Amino acid sequence: MSDPNSKLLTPQNPVGIVGYGAYVPRYRLPASEVSRVWTDSMGATPIKEKSVPGLDEDVATMSIEAARNALLRAEIAPTEIRAVWVGSESHPYAVKPTSTIVAEAIGAVPNTQAADWEFACKAGTEAMVAAMGLVGSGMAGYAMAIGMDTAQGRPGDALEYTAAAGGAAFIIGPEDDSLAVIESTYSFVTDTPDFWRRAYQKYPEHGHRFTGEPAYFKHIASAGLAFLEMTETTPEDYAYIVLHQPNAKFPQRAAAKLGFEPEQVKTGLLVSEIGNTYSGAAIIGLTAILDEAQPEDKILLISFGSGAGSDAMALRVTESIEKRRHLAPKVRDYISRRTEVDYATYVRMRGKLVMK
Amino acid sequence: MDIPRHWRLRKQRYALVGEVCDNCDAKLFPPRDICPDCGEEAKTLYSFSGHGEVYSYTTVYDPPVGFEESAPYTVAIVKLDEGPLVTAQLTDLEEKEVEIGMPVEMVTRKLRSATDERGMLVYGYKFRPILNASLV
Repeated sequence: MSDPNSKLLTPQNPVGIVGYGAYVPRYRLPASEVSRVWTDSMGATPIKEKSVPGLDEDVATMSIEAARNALLRAEIAPTEIRAVWVGSESHPYAVKPTSTIVAEAIGAVPNTQAADWEFACKAGTEAMVAAMGLVGSGMAGYAMAIGMDTAQGRPGDALEYTAAAGGAAFIIGPEDDSLAVIESTYSFVTDTPDFWRRAYQKYPEHGHRFTGEPAYFKHIASAGLAFLEMTETTPEDYAYIVLHQPNAKFPQRAAAKLGFEPEQVKTGLLVSEIGNTYSGAAIIGLTAILDEAQPEDKILLISFGSGAGSDAMALRVTESIEKRRHLAPKVRDYISRRTEVDYATYVRMRGKLVMK
Repeated sequence: MDIPRHWRLRKQRYALVGEVCDNCDAKLFPPRDICPDCGEEAKTLYSFSGHGEVYSYTTVYDPPVGFEESAPYTVAIVKLDEGPLVTAQLTDLEEKEVEIGMPVEMVTRKLRSATDERGMLVYGYKFRPILNASLV
């Protein structure tokens, strides 16, 4: 049970994921298209292709669909939700919450908390941990946490190959009602300037190779190793591991360093097919696992957000998963719905054309 | 000023919230408080399922102000499963030939292209081909 002096965060009342939902837009830009335009097709590509949002999509509309999917699986009334928290680095407004739009659309207003979260790519898991606190303390029955992005990469930059759109929504609620119990979490955070976007800037800046060892690998490994030690678990205890996935190489290497086998990594590794969905990346991988996992399977999730930090959490799948996961579209339904676009169409869809 | 109008319509636009007639059970969209079937008062809110089929459609190549950036786009009259006809854009259509009778489902999307970078964003219902037919 909970110990306020422990570095491991454990809720007073046991909590879990009561409903989950994913969303990926239908358009795909092959990495070979970016390479064709900017490197004469000479450069290596970090993934196969990335998802691109339609002209009428943004973090609000995508969050609404993921939230509706989570509600279908939770089988609760939206009026039972006491918090709608949306984590993203591409909120449609600079000032005006995305979360009130989502809460209104799903029917969770007016008796609810609502706020937007930002921590580069870990805003979604940060919102999940806060939701665990709200529910686990007994303050609320259900809380919704969303991580969703329509990430932008500067034309020709390394990030343009991977900066993608998508994410997931989770309803955190009591253990008894859960599809997967979240046993505990641990976060490892430092001030590390590996990636940022200043106010009024359209595209982010990054520290090139500095984004690897001192940022991604350091925080994932520190969070993961400490979590395994404090929970007295080993990689063999987990059926799956899912990590933040900015490209295909990083999460596979980080998982191997933590002692996990490729077999445990592959179900949650979607980056080659949909790109890096930033705040959505680790958690949309979690939805792919929940779409397939068996009762009693254990899952280790470790997010990473630049700036920098990692949230590690262990989930245990319950019997309820088999009855309720079929109540909403699976992430593979969205991934297989695929329309390839060329670079010119992508440039139009992402608003990179100067119209005036 | 469009703000009060957009704000007033948010429930019907975001989530297809209409009304149901307590007297004859007719479903009303948009909400109009008086049942067109029996003439009785109908003020009870009703959330439509969002499922329906294409009743008729056309493609717009010469868009009105505010929709320039999304042209060409397809507008349809959708017959909702509960009865009412609704005019809305179709979205996510690529590779799909639109046909009268095609089953569609409601999604909430941005209604206008953001030509005015300082203005409010307007969201509302559009319809797309059914994503996963086994869930309908």
